[in-house]
Amino acid sequence: MCLSIPGKVISINNDMATVSVGGTEYEASLQLLDDVTTNDYVLIHTGFAIQKISEEEALETLKLFKELGEIENSTEE
Amino acid sequence: MKYIDEFRDKQIVELLVEKISLIATREMAFMEVCGGHTWAIQKFGIPSLLPKTIKLLSGPGCPVCVTSKSYIDQAVAYSRLPDTIITTFGDLIRVPGSTSSLNVEKSRGADVRIVYSILDALQIARSNPTKKVIFLGIGFETTAPPTAAGIINAAKENLKNFFVFSAHKIMPPAMEALIDEGVTINGYIAPGHVSVITGTSIYEDLPKKFRVGCVISGFEPVDMLQSIYMLAKQIMENRFEVEIQYKRAVTPQGNIKAQEAMREVFALRNDWWRGFGILNNSGLCINEKYADYDAERMIPVEVEETKEEKGCICGEILKGLKNPSQCKLFGKVCTSSNPVGACMVSHEGACNAYFRFSK
Amino acid sequence: MMEKNILLGHGSGGKLSNELIKNLFVKHFANPILSQQTDSAILAIDHQNITLTTDSYVVDPIFFPGGNIGKLAVCGTVNDLAVSGATPMYLSASFIIEEGFSISDLEQIVISMASEAKNAGVKIVTGDTKVVNRGQCDKVFINTSGVGVIDQKFLPISTGSRISVGDAVIINGTIADHGMTIMAARNFGSFKTNILSDCACLNHLIKEILTEGCDVKFMRDATRGGIGTVLSELASQNGIGIEIDESKVPVNKAVKGICELLGFDPFYVANEGKVVVVVDSKSAAKAIDIMKKNPLGKDAAIIGEVIDTHQGKAILKTSIGGKRIIDTLAGEQLPRIC
Repeated sequence: MCLSIPGKVISINNDMATVSVGGTEYEASLQLLDDVTTNDYVLIHTGFAIQKISEEEALETLKLFKELGEIENSTEE
Repeated sequence: MKYIDEFRDKQIVELLVEKISLIATREMAFMEVCGGHTWAIQKFGIPSLLPKTIKLLSGPGCPVCVTSKSYIDQAVAYSRLPDTIITTFGDLIRVPGSTSSLNVEKSRGADVRIVYSILDALQIARSNPTKKVIFLGIGFETTAPPTAAGIINAAKENLKNFFVFSAHKIMPPAMEALIDEGVTINGYIAPGHVSVITGTSIYEDLPKKFRVGCVISGFEPVDMLQSIYMLAKQIMENRFEVEIQYKRAVTPQGNIKAQEAMREVFALRNDWWRGFGILNNSGLCINEKYADYDAERMIPVEVEETKEEKGCICGEILKGLKNPSQCKLFGKVCTSSNPVGACMVSHEGACNAYFRFSK
Repeated sequence: MMEKNILLGHGSGGKLSNELIKNLFVKHFANPILSQQTDSAILAIDHQNITLTTDSYVVDPIFFPGGNIGKLAVCGTVNDLAVSGATPMYLSASFIIEEGFSISDLEQIVISMASEAKNAGVKIVTGDTKVVNRGQCDKVFINTSGVGVIDQKFLPISTGSRISVGDAVIINGTIADHGMTIMAARNFGSFKTNILSDCACLNHLIKEILTEGCDVKFMRDATRGGIGTVLSELASQNGIGIEIDESKVPVNKAVKGICELLGFDPFYVANEGKVVVVVDSKSAAKAIDIMKKNPLGKDAAIIGEVIDTHQGKAILKTSIGGKRIIDTLAGEQLPRIC
């Protein structure tokens, strides 16, 4: 029940946002989400933006893996 | 694509698989309750990467699979009414009812249209003022807010020909019922996008009452493997709690605005789930304030008596009690091109995924 | 012609029909055989093995980014001949037209067909026109049949009987372009995208690899059902094992985006300018080189190989290193929410 894809907000017009997913653009409704600005990444589900993606958290998660990888490598040495 | 490709990184996947293998030294069973997870697990071939100690079970997270046959029968009945347009997500169109399906009705001349969003259905209603447009509202807490928003818009515009036939359901009652029924689950891979809306509070009872781990997971392979790792760690440390893996999208409080839209339009009711029967306070029906948009109240229709298929064990498969190969009909009478039960029709139903990807 | 729209009379065989044929079909398809306007086209073919194929085209919408129903009708039939290892020579073209259809739209379609046929080096030598009452067909349906000749040594190509373990599996470019272009063009969910159908005649590209010393064991065009269906059927029909590396399969970024949005698997989306080729491993690098010199093969890639395990099945090594089976599609893919 969850097909929801992150897309980049290209422009905003009242409560609709033009969102780009890999170059395909879609007009998503912002009715369910506040404080969206251009260049934000949002999750789109059935035509609505349902949440903003936190860049900070995404980087944090990926950084964690990198650190784990480094720990693995240094243990092997 | 940003926020997709990085979470499909092969090196990170290999790292996580290694860590899971090291930590999961005894048998454990995890259930995912989101069809999107079932789909992704099979598509990326995740079972082939996990150690044998970890068993993945597919739960009732596919809204199509748990939707009752009688709902389809009623949708079919609506489609046969004159001057009526049925708008639906693609997921529902091939699900068999007692004697027909929306796809079959379409081939017989019914006006059944697949839409991407309820917003498209609203547009169809505006463009066809002399016809009744009925939107089939299926899905869990991810999809219910968009339906609510659509109904709010219809009310604002005073649309007279737009209706919703709701089969929306909420997850927690099913997650509890599974354990109540004795399904052995050590942990839940909790639905990421439901949680985007609801936040974490809906799961808090699970670890407390049942000693199961609960990790809210994203949908990319890295997300799911990290979630499995986090669950394995909880089990090995004898620690049961709700954790968020999908931190880039899920916050503890969820999307308040979406929750408000749901509260504005819907009320809870007891609902019938395939495989479970009736679960209390598990379904969303349109409340009194928006009764004018409720197809069930506004459009009377005669529905045929529901006939259940003999031999179909979708119910037990939905609960992870049996796997598809244990169904007498699987692969013989019930195939992906000729489905009998909803678990085979739905692209994320356990039987369909099993049939297509594992055979 | 004075009329702007097709009338029932245009299909009735009388004066209006003749005007349509003369001013539209014969004018644009122009060749000596067609000009004779005999009941049958008399073809001088001096060859042992003649190939014949037929296909009907009912695509909606009839005009889409990258092509139209007419272009599709020529390319589809030319490709069916070419992927068998044959040299396409002659086409027939039959039209079933809805009363009221715009003649200028019809002319645009016919001009496209003439242009594609000319590029492919084939002649449209015979045809038919029927007109049905408004509402009895959707604008226009086209059937094309095609005739070609095939050398003895290329006969095993269509069945793949010479395929052996170690052979390389090649695709000539990005997948899923056509199907997703049609999806977007149907205004489904109002998506805006720059993707184009890959509709193209592949016979020249194919001739280049066949005649420049590549040992081609099998070819099939990956139309409806996508490459997933071709690979799955190839494996099961020949009892061979195939392993595909997902990370090597070329997909256009914008196409990938719209697939993700709608929940489509690019492996099962239609193509109209893509051929799956199985070649001897020693010829693989050469085949890629040759293809890349042709604009229709600029993104050509080796995507997998024939293996000695999993007989009868096509297996996918996923982008994260997992493994799963590539199954045949059951019914059309539909946009989903889950």
